[in-house]
Amino acid sequence: MIEFYLNGEAQRCASLAPETSVLELLRTVLQRTGTKEGCASGDCGACTVAIGMPDQAGGLRYHSTNACITPAHQLQGCHLVTVEGLARGDALHPVQAAMVDCHASQCGFCTPGIVMSLFTLHEGRREGRRDALAPLDDARLEATLGGNLCRCTGYRPIRDAARRLDRYPDVRPPWADDAALADNVAALSDELESDGYAMPRTLAALHDVRRQRPRARLVAGATDLWLETTQRLEAFEDVIDISRVAELQAIDETPDGWWIGASVAYTRLEPLLETAYPAFARMLQRLGSAQIRNRGTLGGNIANASPIGDTPPVLLALGARLALEGPDGARELPLEAFFLDYKRTALAPGEFIRAIFLPRPAGDRRLEVWKLSKRREDDISAVLGAFAWQEQAGRLHGVRLAFGGMAATPRRAEAAEAALEGQPPDAAAFDAARQALARDFQPLDDVRGSAAYRQLAAANLLERLRLTLTHHSPREVCLDAYAH
Amino acid sequence: MRTLTDLSRPVPRPEPATQADDTPTLPRQAPPHDSATLHVTGRARYLDDQPAPANALHVAVGLSRVAHGRLTRLGLDAARRAPGVVDVITVVDIPGHTDVGPVFPGDPLLADAEVRYAGQPLFAVAATDFTSARRAVALAEIEIDALPARLDPVAAAEAEEWVRPPHVQQRGDWQRALDDAPHRLEAHQFVGGQEHFYLEGQACLALPNEDDGVTVHTSSQHPSEVQKLVAEVLAIPFHAVTVEVRRMGGGFGGKETQAAPWACLAALLARRTGRAVRLRLPRGDDMRATGKRHPFHNRYRLGFDDADVLQGGDITVIGDCGHSPDLSEAIVDRAMFHADNAYSLGQARVTGIPARTHMPSNTAFRGFGGPQGMMIIERAMDDIARHLGEDPLTIRKRNLYRPEHDVTHYGQRVEQIGLLHELVSQLEASSDYWARRSAIRAYNASSPVLKKGLALTPVKFGISFTAKHLNQAGALLHVYTDGSVMINHGGTEMGQGLHTKVGQVVARELGLENAAVRISATRTDKVPNTSPTAASSGADLNGMAARNAAMQIRERLFDFAAEHYRLDREAMCLENGELVAGHGEGERRIAWGDLVQAAYLGRVSLSVTGFYATPLIHYDRASGQGRPFYYYAYGAAVSEVVVDTLSGEHRVSRVDILHDVGDSLNPAIDLGQIEGGFIQGMGWLTSEELKWDETGRLTSDGPATYKIPTIGDTPPDFRVALLEGHPNSQASLYRSKAVGEPPFMLAISVWSALRDALASLADYRLSPALDTPATPERVLFAAQALRQATATETSHA
Repeated sequence: MIEFYLNGEAQRCASLAPETSVLELLRTVLQRTGTKEGCASGDCGACTVAIGMPDQAGGLRYHSTNACITPAHQLQGCHLVTVEGLARGDALHPVQAAMVDCHASQCGFCTPGIVMSLFTLHEGRREGRRDALAPLDDARLEATLGGNLCRCTGYRPIRDAARRLDRYPDVRPPWADDAALADNVAALSDELESDGYAMPRTLAALHDVRRQRPRARLVAGATDLWLETTQRLEAFEDVIDISRVAELQAIDETPDGWWIGASVAYTRLEPLLETAYPAFARMLQRLGSAQIRNRGTLGGNIANASPIGDTPPVLLALGARLALEGPDGARELPLEAFFLDYKRTALAPGEFIRAIFLPRPAGDRRLEVWKLSKRREDDISAVLGAFAWQEQAGRLHGVRLAFGGMAATPRRAEAAEAALEGQPPDAAAFDAARQALARDFQPLDDVRGSAAYRQLAAANLLERLRLTLTHHSPREVCLDAYAH
Repeated sequence: MRTLTDLSRPVPRPEPATQADDTPTLPRQAPPHDSATLHVTGRARYLDDQPAPANALHVAVGLSRVAHGRLTRLGLDAARRAPGVVDVITVVDIPGHTDVGPVFPGDPLLADAEVRYAGQPLFAVAATDFTSARRAVALAEIEIDALPARLDPVAAAEAEEWVRPPHVQQRGDWQRALDDAPHRLEAHQFVGGQEHFYLEGQACLALPNEDDGVTVHTSSQHPSEVQKLVAEVLAIPFHAVTVEVRRMGGGFGGKETQAAPWACLAALLARRTGRAVRLRLPRGDDMRATGKRHPFHNRYRLGFDDADVLQGGDITVIGDCGHSPDLSEAIVDRAMFHADNAYSLGQARVTGIPARTHMPSNTAFRGFGGPQGMMIIERAMDDIARHLGEDPLTIRKRNLYRPEHDVTHYGQRVEQIGLLHELVSQLEASSDYWARRSAIRAYNASSPVLKKGLALTPVKFGISFTAKHLNQAGALLHVYTDGSVMINHGGTEMGQGLHTKVGQVVARELGLENAAVRISATRTDKVPNTSPTAASSGADLNGMAARNAAMQIRERLFDFAAEHYRLDREAMCLENGELVAGHGEGERRIAWGDLVQAAYLGRVSLSVTGFYATPLIHYDRASGQGRPFYYYAYGAAVSEVVVDTLSGEHRVSRVDILHDVGDSLNPAIDLGQIEGGFIQGMGWLTSEELKWDETGRLTSDGPATYKIPTIGDTPPDFRVALLEGHPNSQASLYRSKAVGEPPFMLAISVWSALRDALASLADYRLSPALDTPATPERVLFAAQALRQATATETSHA
């Protein structure tokens, strides 16, 4: 039994298969067809809905998500808002009114998703949230709408609609009249009674359920796992959802750095990374879309062990460590020792990632992260380079060069590192490093890039690094820096 | 009687589109899309949102994973036994036609013995729910003896593997012009295809009728063709099939012919089971099974004089048509018709070859081959400029159609040449082209990695279906006794605002508010024998038919009023919801509702059909000469790009567009078409890359791997304006012009600007080859090639 609120109305849904998505629940069980399916893979945003979760201030905090790859069971104890729930009779919500006035829909199929992405932005601004209050410049709108594909308009009118939001009277959705809504949502059980879908709240409970159901699949953000059901039609017999395990949701600061719980969503990492590692934070804006960043987790990105995950190379360059827990106890492991081969990790049976240790930046350590992809937004890397080093007396030390997309796993370029270690950042050293890169990696040809491109582009990222180290501002040698 | 021109009341113009960081302003008095409120509230119903009976079945289609081979076994027992499965069909279960080729045969509804592309439908399963149907499909045992697959259209063309015979258009002695020219250049290029990526995939719902018939709701641009094919597949008369299209979640050409097979499968299963049947393709199946924009291999050999003016030459365009003709003959023709774009080729021959490969049957896509054809002459303009060290804009302007050089290679005289020149000059000035050119040269000279590029490219696009018979349209207009008006026409709404425009036309003719006129779904039992909504012609044709209907009803009401109210027939008009007769003291005003009620009581028919056929057009395929187009639509764009020459990444930083829509029917909708077309064209030329593996299987089969533009790709500085003061020189609908396709090709300026930025690496002396899409990978390799060529030159110097 899942209990949640939909556009202000209490809902109870029984006997849903574990792999049921929010989209399937909406369209086929509840007959709410305003939310569209465009791809069923979390890439187009047509199914975007807003999920409100109780926050510490006693209110509801909304985030956008792709309904197609959000497990329906994760609605337990939430307020789901869909495009049908915004207008008050004939009075349109400001987001809707602005879209109409700006001629921002043509075929209209992507429109419900765009309305919902803008709705979460609007709610955030109403609540005075830090991330939402930033000016509505192009970068802010791209961060909000980069995961909403529109094939008709070319986006200009949508951009205009978003910029006009503040000009409209603050028409609230009908459910906002219900002063008790947040309390009612919060009062829903935080236990989920459902066959085949467990949602433990504590680490101890997670250990228990894992012991009872050793074959269950672990899921947090579901941004990757759920593709197995929407694309490959898998039926999940048993799922353990770790997205609400308190310990896995924590960010613990220590003198040396931060232990980041494995199920902390990317969006929650943003404030920390903006302070500690701005280059990492900038790259994060290009990881998936807002909808994905609201759900996807660092733990998932690592456990998934994809050769093209965006955060592992950065974490490798920073020397991150993992805290693992399993039936035989807890252990720590350097991240480098975690990736064994293509999609193969050092996790023992029953073991899971509890937290990721992010070292505190040392004063003279520097980090650059550069992602190359066919499209700037919401695209998977062809190559991602993450470079950490310090310069002492005109020489490079502690050089760590990590790449994604270059091998079967995210990996450091050891030969290239050796070529730079202790050298001045001059053309000779970097020539040697670029040549060494050919020994480090024999990348694959695939849909995202040829082996030759990857090899050349990776080597050129080292050249970009050289240029940034030698009297060139990033604005001169890096397009992303130039454009933002 | 007022004339056409008198009726075209000026429509207020929008202010130019927004510029970077400015607060946007809105176009005034341009009615919004008639479904806009439904769109934003989620109430607009698309195919899969339609309620169906509770016992409706869901269909999944089994596709071939082999590009070419003999189907030796199709074991479907396990699929039939799977939970929820109600029916499974293969080709032997089809009672009527098994071939659903739209113009020429060649498209099996379900594969027979031979499999001709990876993604070809082999069988279909109907089950009680969608997941059960899909899981049952996966249980099929399929054995195919693979045969060599032909995946290269150039090799196919050489082997004379065509879906239709090649075609030639020729004017003058091209060989002699080429031989005599002081300068000659030749080059070839690959222009990639494009996935439509309509947000709503192919979908339909078939409901069996009480008799032998079926009602089909479909997301199709061509309901009449769906009606025809469903009837032929079921072996029943056309009148037993009713097809309805309320709206599409995008079409772009992808639902012109290729929505029909799914409707045929659903209709067949509905007739067999007696139950309603839903069919929608999951995104991956949609991308694998349906055709795309044709990839083209183009080649030119051109001669020009010392002033860089074209003297003549030879152009060949090879279209990769896939396994069947579909619409490919007309598409390759249109590539040929546009191989000149806006330039006089001189004495020229243009050859088009529709090559057959083991690929999905490539099909209509906004521009219909025109964009691919234009690419070759735009490549030539850049190449000629570099060859003689001139700015490409100078060369483009010099070669534009001009007095005494105003006849195309297919014999059509180009009208409104003055407009073309004025448009380019206006944009040259308003975009500040030359000052920016200097600034970019200076920037590039001192920038080590980032290079900027700038290009202005024009568009001249021919408007009409080149298949003459398609240039007709019908409409059905009813006036009800409360005065409300219902108009049906043969066009379909796919987001382009056609219904909004047609509603405006009827409201204007009858002097009513837009809200008094409603357009319902397009239905084959309301308006029969319709043409597809395609070729940018939706408003031109259906707007004229609707206007014809409205004018007939108006004249009928005037006749009635003259007699009934004893008024002067000559001085009547309809305005502001009233019939107005007479002037000054003799003026009489009768409310529209009262007039309609009186006419009804007076037993006057308040229903009428309208019709329109485009005049003047003709084309003789035997000679390759004629006047295939009623008129041309023009436009031009200036794009500025920044290229990172170490990574190949690039961004479009500013775009200026000036576009000709004649007298705009709805400036907001027209701007939307221009901007949307431009961005879609930019995606085609930059990020949208179709990839197949070596066996012919599509690997870019979803939005995770096939990248259409996102909001961040929209230029931060995007200035779009409609050309003022140039009504259509032909008697089109209120002197407006078609707007669906022409703006798509404005995006060629982005590609040319990328080449310009790259050319800076060789001091603008070399013209870089840059096939499309110009992904970061292609741009990086082009940069690398230029750097190496320059280094070689230097070492030889």
